[in-house]
Amino acid sequence: MHSSNPRNIAVSVHNLSKQFDGFTAVDRINFEVKKGEIFGFLGPNGAGKSTTIRMLCGILPPTSGEGKVAGLDIHTQREQIKWQIGYMSQKFSLYEDLTVEENINFYSGIYQIEEDTLRRRKEWVIEMAGLQRHRGSLTRVLSGGWRQRLALGCALLHEPSILFLDEPTSGVDPISRRQFWDLIYELTGRGVTVFVTTHYMDEAEYCDRLGMIYDGKLVALGTPEELKKEFMKETVLEVSCEQPMKAMAVIQNLAAVKEVTLFGNHLHAVVPDARTAHKAIQLVLSENAIKLSRLEKISPALEDVFVSLIEAQGKATATGGEGA
Amino acid sequence: MFGRLKEMLIKEFIQIFRDPRTRFIIFLPPIIQLLVFGYAVTTDVKNAATAIYDQDNSVASRELTSRFIRSRYFKVKENIREEGQIRHLIDHSRVKAVLQINKGFENDLRSGRTAQVQMIVDATDSNTAGILLDYGQRIAQEYSQEILLDRVARSAGPVRAIGGLDLQSRAWFNENLESRNFYVPGVIAILLMLVTLMLTSMAIVREKEMGTMEQIMVTPISSMEFILGKTLPFALIGFFDMVLVVLIAWGWFDVPIRGSLGWLFLGTGLYLMSTLGMGLLISTISRTQQQALMTTFFYFQPMVLLSGFMFPIENMPEPVQWLTYLDPLRYFLVIIRGIFLKGIGPEILWPQMLALLVMGVSVFLLAIHRFKKYL
Ligand SMILES: Nc1ncnc2c1ncn2[C@@H]1O[C@H](COP(=O)(O)OP(=O)(O)OP(=O)(O)O)[C@@H](O)[C@H]1O
Ligand SMILES: [Mg+2]
Repeated sequence: MHSSNPRNIAVSVHNLSKQFDGFTAVDRINFEVKKGEIFGFLGPNGAGKSTTIRMLCGILPPTSGEGKVAGLDIHTQREQIKWQIGYMSQKFSLYEDLTVEENINFYSGIYQIEEDTLRRRKEWVIEMAGLQRHRGSLTRVLSGGWRQRLALGCALLHEPSILFLDEPTSGVDPISRRQFWDLIYELTGRGVTVFVTTHYMDEAEYCDRLGMIYDGKLVALGTPEELKKEFMKETVLEVSCEQPMKAMAVIQNLAAVKEVTLFGNHLHAVVPDARTAHKAIQLVLSENAIKLSRLEKISPALEDVFVSLIEAQGKATATGGEGA
Repeated sequence: MFGRLKEMLIKEFIQIFRDPRTRFIIFLPPIIQLLVFGYAVTTDVKNAATAIYDQDNSVASRELTSRFIRSRYFKVKENIREEGQIRHLIDHSRVKAVLQINKGFENDLRSGRTAQVQMIVDATDSNTAGILLDYGQRIAQEYSQEILLDRVARSAGPVRAIGGLDLQSRAWFNENLESRNFYVPGVIAILLMLVTLMLTSMAIVREKEMGTMEQIMVTPISSMEFILGKTLPFALIGFFDMVLVVLIAWGWFDVPIRGSLGWLFLGTGLYLMSTLGMGLLISTISRTQQQALMTTFFYFQPMVLLSGFMFPIENMPEPVQWLTYLDPLRYFLVIIRGIFLKGIGPEILWPQMLALLVMGVSVFLLAIHRFKKYL
């Protein structure tokens, strides 16, 4: 967390908090985002993701704590920050009663982009979003994926160095999501820092580093691999055998196994202790004359980490959180 | 500054004219309301149902009756023969007025005595009753004056004016007591307030509600540019509506414009500052368009009532009279009526203009101040 060179830091926050009428939405969070990385911000509904992003974008004054975006103070240099960042809010927020082209013209006008740069940027946005044939369509009639890419395009018109994306792919089909992430990778390849919130665990895996927020508190921070190692208490065993349905039924009854799920023609068994479970599974399968071809420990999915983290926190606060 | 303001204006105008609702607000209410007020809500009384109770039945009495009819203010519905009918007709609202000419009317006139004529009016609607009495009195006076002049002219003696007989009370500035001339400028003022309030109070809150505010707030646009971008189009629309209704008032209703159009526009500009500023303020404190609309009407209604448009301010209780000083409409009514009907200018109207300026600037500053907190 303590980065050596502050010039490599795009975003840093220190004890950042936000209260709404006594209700704490964000509670003294600390983290840093390095330049050029994709930082994923995970958390269940109402955890405080959007609130954090809004404070960083300078549209919501923090209650207390410090923060820097592109080396600028979020309390005192909000207006300068706005030149450096692009923001895509959770809710689609371009003008639905303007056409694609009118929206682009408006936002580039607000950023006072030069005439020839503008032409180039505009074409780039339209091509990137695949809207060549919809320049004159009202934004209202565009479907989800197009809207999202147009919103991203408008947030990128002024070539910001840091991009804040608040659940950019919610409600978008898998192919559009894939295309969207390809774009994100392309941007980071050019040195843009991306701060993104998401509910999708597969997307979280694409991030360089993750922060997990729950009930306003940052409960975990690290690369996806680090988080899996550090926070996954249970182990996942992958079982390859004949008659998987029958095997599942018998394994399910073992005391040493917490949960079994079918993955293709393998089984995934979540177990508190790998060694006892390993033995128990081998034994029960041979007793039932099921031929075991492979039994080994695999790394858990991020989703498992997320759920187990939230369950642990939920026990402490007695309010159950809902995962993605 | 101007570059970004220009972009705001372009965007606002596209949105304003693309939205059928705003198009409707701009054009229809001014025209409809003005026509309604111009035609229906005029307090002029025409063709009031009248009964004649002519006990004299002489040349003179018939002349008086026919003068009543020719005035077109009265329309004879009944001729009655006995006193008891008067009550019946009035009770049943069959007539609004009864003209009673006593026996001996002509004789009295001839012999130079005061001739007795009575007019009974149904005063349920005191306003109409007052107007009818006033009309009746004027007709009778005109008649008696003519008889008098006639006699003087015919008398052998030297012709000299006879003092003390000219009882005519002339209504100033609005000689025919045309209430339309009085009301139409007032209606213009109210319309301007309604249209500009409705449009601006929606302006900012709509962006908040649609979520577009969030996106615009992360751009480097300043509060001033945003607010001006939200206001200037509606100021222009306000002026456009002003021209539209003034044209209708002048071209269609023959309302005179005696003063200078330049001062009228200056006064309008000052007035619009208050109404637009107030609309903006409502827009910044409201969270939904619904809320803004409600607040607008809660503000608009008392402003109309307190303005003196319908009820004279002098008749209000004193604390309420103080409240009227906060009403921009109050000042603008004086200005617009003054310019339309009296042809006066800032030499007399400057206190009202100054009041509007002070009010407009303060409410604008307040709106900008409130808005900053959200950016
Ligand atoms: N303007 C506000 N006034 C009062 N409470 C608010 C406000 N904005 C957010 N909150 C509350 O703060 C908490 C965090 O909200 P936030 O929008 O940051 O959550 P989130 O993590 O983005 O959730 P989601 O996944 O649903 O978008 C929620 O309980 C929310 O109700
Ligand atoms: Mg959110």
